[in-house]
Amino acid sequence: MSLETANTLHATTPQEAVVAPPDARPVPFRGGGFKVRKYRLISPLVFIVLIGLWEIGSRTGFISSIALPAPSEAFRAFQDLVRTGMLWTHLEASLYRLSVGWIFGSALGVAVGLTIGLFSLARAGMLPIVSALFPIPKIALLPLFIVWFGIGEGSKVATILFGTFFPTVIATYGGVDNVDRNLIRMGQSFGLSWFSIVRKIIIPGALPAILSGFRISASIAIVLLVAAEMIGAQYGIGAYILMAGALFATDQLIAGVAMLSVLGLTVGWLIGKAEQYFLNWRT
Amino acid sequence: MDIVVENLSHRYGQTDVLDGITFELKGGEIVCIIGPSGCGKSTLLRFIGGLEQPTSGRVLIAGSPPAGSLNPLTYIFQDFALLPWRTVEGNVSLVLEDHGIKGGKADAIIDDVLRRTKLSDFRKALPRQLSGGMKQRVAIARALSVNPAVMLMDEPLSALDSQTRELLLDDLIELWTRERFSACYVTHNLAEAVRLGHKIIVLSRRPGRIRQIVRIDMPLDERAGRIAELETTQRHLWNLMREEARAADMELSDVA
Repeated sequence: MSLETANTLHATTPQEAVVAPPDARPVPFRGGGFKVRKYRLISPLVFIVLIGLWEIGSRTGFISSIALPAPSEAFRAFQDLVRTGMLWTHLEASLYRLSVGWIFGSALGVAVGLTIGLFSLARAGMLPIVSALFPIPKIALLPLFIVWFGIGEGSKVATILFGTFFPTVIATYGGVDNVDRNLIRMGQSFGLSWFSIVRKIIIPGALPAILSGFRISASIAIVLLVAAEMIGAQYGIGAYILMAGALFATDQLIAGVAMLSVLGLTVGWLIGKAEQYFLNWRT
Repeated sequence: MDIVVENLSHRYGQTDVLDGITFELKGGEIVCIIGPSGCGKSTLLRFIGGLEQPTSGRVLIAGSPPAGSLNPLTYIFQDFALLPWRTVEGNVSLVLEDHGIKGGKADAIIDDVLRRTKLSDFRKALPRQLSGGMKQRVAIARALSVNPAVMLMDEPLSALDSQTRELLLDDLIELWTRERFSACYVTHNLAEAVRLGHKIIVLSRRPGRIRQIVRIDMPLDERAGRIAELETTQRHLWNLMREEARAADMELSDVA
């Protein structure tokens, strides 16, 4: 020990004894706040309170039943749907249009988006068309779709298909553009084939953007579903709402709108699950 | 396998990046390239690896790579370049899959390289769970799995904190002592250069020219203990670079 200290320039001690001066005080705390905390019970509570107030308002006559039916009335309309079995007829028709339109629209959108993202020639040729057609409200084209695809399922599915196609294209090629160039360079430096780089590096790298594109396109699909079902549809949630509106059956209208909202929440939840599953590698 | 860089020059548009670079990398040797930031060190490395093409001059490969070398010129990147969606073993197997190595044969290689980089316990971990030093170890394991003839290391320790850097530097020296790989090691850290380099090439500021080539004959495994003797070399390198570094620091940068 003494030998070692004699040879070095430094001194060592295991601990330091400190006596705080009499005027010493704790450092004032200035952190905290600005942090998102989780309150699990609040969101159902907000719903319950709002609906409860609405119900009370309707029963006491504060809210006129012509302006807005009570939630209980809307629920009764919903029970009628279940009892007559019409719920399933409407749901089946809507879900069919929604799923066919959205699946094909998204699949084509991802394919075209990847093509635009990967090939400069495709980008130069197709991007202007995509940019030109994207902002057109597809509802405005519904009459054309009816002429092209018939008044039946064709025009309804086509509306949803076109509506979901463009946002998916834009999300996908944006995702491809944002894949870390260094990862691609790494793939090249290890002699990976073009196809391997696309399949193992670019597509997984673009997946977060593609999935958030799906979230948007699914909402658009639901909006367009109602629009498409307003013309020449006998069944479907949109047709149900339209019919209720025409008859001023506001209780049925609210029941239909609530069903759409639940449908949207369900789709959002499913995409959330897909994100959890496919993107578990993200921090 | 040797690499010869012959009178290599490069320009991006109006800017001369590299000018008349000529040097040789012999098998089993580590060549360090140092220079101020923006002198084209990393660009030079990309030419050697065939990821970019120089305006003039050429990079030649002499002799054949060792038998079983899947990817003779293999990179190690500063930012590790691991696929975040693949586990440690998945990142290694990525570079084997394209050579048709799958299943048991791939497992054997993965076991071997993870053992050599002390990563065996982390086979199933995702990159986000690993520290910077561990990530770079995975990248080194991935590079070893293809049996490279020359490792092209682009500031491999620069993204790490100084303690991790020291640990990984020891690991690299140990690895070299065991396997005698050859490497072209780009760095701006003079201490790394004197610890690892058999030959140190000092580049000047843009356009990058070779200012001096410094050879150090002290065996790599003795250098940690004889750091005081290397201090003179490091000071010499710093004297070469100081003015350049100062001027480079004052420059406005437009080229990446």
